[in-house]
Amino acid sequence: MSRTVRGKVAVVGIGETQYYKRGEAPDAEFKLALKAILAACEDAGISPKEVDGFASFSNDRSDPSHLAAALGVDDLRFANMQWGGGGGGGSGAIANAAAAVATGMAECVVVFRALAQGQFGRFGQGPQRDVIAGDGAHTVPFGLMSPAQSFAMKVTRFMHDHGVEQNALRAISLASYHHAQNNPRAVMHGRPLDEEKYDNSRWIVEPFHLFDCCLENDGAAAMVLVAAERARDFPHKPAYILSALSGSHYRAGASVHNTPDYATSTFKTVVPRLYDMAQVKPADVDVLQCYENFTGGVLMSMVEHQFCDPDGCNEFFVKDNLVAPSGKLPTNTSGGNLAECYMHGLGLNIEAVRQIRGQSTNQVDDADVALVASGPMVTPVSSSIFGTEATL
Amino acid sequence: MSYLNPGLPKPVPAPDGLDTPFWEAASREVLMLQRCGACQEFQWGPEWICHRCHSEDLGFEEVSPVGNIYSYERVWHPVHPALKEQGPYIIVLVELLECSSVRLVGNLLGDPEQPVEIGTSVRAFFEHHRDVEPPFTLVQWEKI
Repeated sequence: MSRTVRGKVAVVGIGETQYYKRGEAPDAEFKLALKAILAACEDAGISPKEVDGFASFSNDRSDPSHLAAALGVDDLRFANMQWGGGGGGGSGAIANAAAAVATGMAECVVVFRALAQGQFGRFGQGPQRDVIAGDGAHTVPFGLMSPAQSFAMKVTRFMHDHGVEQNALRAISLASYHHAQNNPRAVMHGRPLDEEKYDNSRWIVEPFHLFDCCLENDGAAAMVLVAAERARDFPHKPAYILSALSGSHYRAGASVHNTPDYATSTFKTVVPRLYDMAQVKPADVDVLQCYENFTGGVLMSMVEHQFCDPDGCNEFFVKDNLVAPSGKLPTNTSGGNLAECYMHGLGLNIEAVRQIRGQSTNQVDDADVALVASGPMVTPVSSSIFGTEATL
Repeated sequence: MSYLNPGLPKPVPAPDGLDTPFWEAASREVLMLQRCGACQEFQWGPEWICHRCHSEDLGFEEVSPVGNIYSYERVWHPVHPALKEQGPYIIVLVELLECSSVRLVGNLLGDPEQPVEIGTSVRAFFEHHRDVEPPFTLVQWEKI
């Protein structure tokens, strides 16, 4: 198959700022973006002036032309924004960057995301204004106005249809917090979670307890992509992109909760294309990073990525199955959005690269194939699969 | 009587007029939704063309205000200052009997801690807010 990015592009640099609780970053959002990009370039052993493209998602405020000017980029060739979907664009931005490199539009593209929720608005708050029009007029006056409230209704329907119990959601949260205890970068490092603490935590919106919900953080993350034929010239083991793409099903964007296929993570149409491009099967995936806006979205994503039968969730979703190194499918091995940092999912892609390099703080033995599912229940969603050289 | 405490953003018709007939009908205690004059398909939220046949011949038509609970949620954590003293409340997603391709969001009236089951039959209750500016009417739901 010639029309593919499989094996044509690799991640050769990754970088992150320190991760902070929301509002606690000492730097402006744009400076955070620069710091993450500088760190990724240093990791790749390149001058930031060599970067010739930028890709991001979720309307990131750090404009590529401004970044290029601030970094002294010699020759800007690619400036890309993945539309819509919030964190669902994480792997999509990587897909767009990879497409640019694979087709020769650019040579060295940085994928980045920067967030300072103290400097700007919070994700988890409702709109505070006198009147509201449009789609929001049909939801906000009923008290339906936050991401948790938008997605709990999908998860409730899925749990009803498939008899999923609360403990399945709890297992996902426990695994993330378990991994965060070994990860000094994690905001929840040193703050372990057990069954009792989860069960006693307050409801945000049923079926989400506090610990089913992602964090709100400040920070930035970045990765450097180059053509595969150059990838071995860089200091670290390359993580080759086996597949990266985005999408959503028929009328996924129908407003006011009217998408025909409602109780879904939105991955059903993306996943067959994802595995086809990567030429891997679900059983080949050694380690998974699965975007947790809310645990219920992780559960539905894992079902739709074909790791678990929808009617077998109560058996599959137990902590032991999800933790590194011994679990059936180690998941969210950095602590992810629940316990490492909510960097809108780009941190999950960076953790996948670490696993391929063998550098995770919760390393899976012989990790050759790492899958990232970005942004469940939104539209569009996206996924990416990274592999070692052995998978090419 | 209002299910939720006052102070949330008040709904107004979209400036482009797309959903104006819905709000006008609700104030008269009538449920009207967008329907295609060419293929007769209902669609919600309202669009400029029919998603099925792409006709621009769209109007609003009265539908029976009864349906089933398709999904629901009980909210505990307030994300708006107006709801700080609210306590829990229930949001339902209702699939209409007459046009099952359409779902509406509303609150389920009654005890906020009542058990809720998917599939339960509900009928609309038109909750008027006539003493505010601008006045509006919410389509709420109660168990039949």
